[in-house]
Amino acid sequence: MAYSEKVMDHFANPRNVGEIENADGIGEVGNSKCGDIMKMYIKVENNIIVDVKFKTFGCGAAIATSSMATELIKGKSIDDALKLTNKAVMEALDGLPPVKVHCSVLAEQAIKAAVSDYYTRLGIDPEPIVGHIHTEDCEHGCCNA
Amino acid sequence: MVKKIYADNAATTALSPKVLDKMMPYLTEIYGNPSSIYAEGVKAHNAIDTARDEIAKCIGASANEIYFTSGGSEADNWAIKGAAHSMLKKGKKHIISSAFEHHAVLHTLDALKKEGFEITLLEVHEDGVVRPEDLKNAIREDTGLVTIMYANNEIGTIQPISELAEICKNHNIIFHTDAVQAIGNVEIDVHNQNIDMLSLTAHKIHGPKGCGALYIRKGIRIPNLIDGGAQENGRRAGTEHLAGIVGLAEALTLAIAEMNERNKKLIAIRDKIIAGLLKIERSRLNGDPVKRLPGNINMCFEGIEGESLLLNLDLKGISASSGSACTSGSLDPSHVLLSIGLPHEIAHGSMRLSFSDDNTMEDADYILETVPPIIEKLRAMSPLWEKIKKEEVLKV
Repeated sequence: MAYSEKVMDHFANPRNVGEIENADGIGEVGNSKCGDIMKMYIKVENNIIVDVKFKTFGCGAAIATSSMATELIKGKSIDDALKLTNKAVMEALDGLPPVKVHCSVLAEQAIKAAVSDYYTRLGIDPEPIVGHIHTEDCEHGCCNA
Repeated sequence: MVKKIYADNAATTALSPKVLDKMMPYLTEIYGNPSSIYAEGVKAHNAIDTARDEIAKCIGASANEIYFTSGGSEADNWAIKGAAHSMLKKGKKHIISSAFEHHAVLHTLDALKKEGFEITLLEVHEDGVVRPEDLKNAIREDTGLVTIMYANNEIGTIQPISELAEICKNHNIIFHTDAVQAIGNVEIDVHNQNIDMLSLTAHKIHGPKGCGALYIRKGIRIPNLIDGGAQENGRRAGTEHLAGIVGLAEALTLAIAEMNERNKKLIAIRDKIIAGLLKIERSRLNGDPVKRLPGNINMCFEGIEGESLLLNLDLKGISASSGSACTSGSLDPSHVLLSIGLPHEIAHGSMRLSFSDDNTMEDADYILETVPPIIEKLRAMSPLWEKIKKEEVLKV
């Protein structure tokens, strides 16, 4: 198994690591049993994600997909951020090994979880907009074990 | 230039130049088939005889008890499947092993289970050591085979093989041990220790990949795994891996000749690193600190994931391994770490360093300099670590 240069770059020098004080939305997905947790913080102004930060516990691909996902939504509208797919994250990283695809799904879900939290704080039901988020699930199903 | 430290010798080792020198003629001018009767064949055949003698001496066996194989996995498969199938004739169908065997053993046992054999896996306890008492309690009327590894490949713990084998002898049960990790690192005398079958391989002791051996005590009959020509006294067919066999004998002879001196050096390196890394908060050593291979370190660092630790180590020139799910290629972290009772989230954060004679005290210093900042960096970005620290505050 080998990672692309882009994955290694985002792993070795992850962008947007950290927390946002007074974030407008915080989303957390994954769980420690499965070996990956992603926590995403967003700051929103006029429907635009003006800042985004993340913290991730996980493998190289988990860190790289978190980093890339934050890059892809920074400065974008919430609508655009919600359109970000795991496939787009993977493509931006020049691909992931097949066993690591679930990391990109986790990154997509982390963004949705953060946006969902943003709407909840505004008193808006997020589910019709964001859809259902599997915060505790992991793609590879080890949680069922 | 980035420093290079190879610290994954439990995975495989570099081929020793001395071993290569011994092998070279058998890859070039001495190319005869050992089964042929003309001079080239006889030369090749003699080389195999010499190698067999040398290997037998190294483990306290007779030459006619050594059978060459393609490596450890084949030796394990042959020993276990062979013993299982032959004990059926005596109406026995129960096999005892341990929870943290190598997959070459565990998956072989799975295959036998599908055939109707009954398997008991002994607990390995928190220290990663099988208890002879547990073995005694697990033995049944129809137990025909016990297979327990000599030393574990991940956490390096050394098992009480002599005691386990003696119990088997007293109960008339065949005792096999996978000694792939132990061979050349601990003193082994199969006859004195009552070991009936033992698997070994060359590439963990600076020999070539693709060559191993199974010791089968004289008098034990097991069916063949590979049928064909009359090689290996008719018990393992296939034209011999001549250079590999010569390399195995040389590697083992060297490993044993230098064992005491090397072990002293490796234990010093090992214990220095362990002591240094245990200063990291919420770190732990996996497996008994003393009953372990001289070159093995296996530690967990809470709040981080093993693969990202390995990648960071690789960026600093250190080759290591981990038992995290991400590196095992499966959904769960290593079965070895789970077998000693670690919860999933801690097992994910494991790191194995394994050393050979090529490593130095300078390597230990470099590792001690390099690992703590990587852990700090990964923890700083880990939401799991954040949770652990919050819980700590709440408890205070």
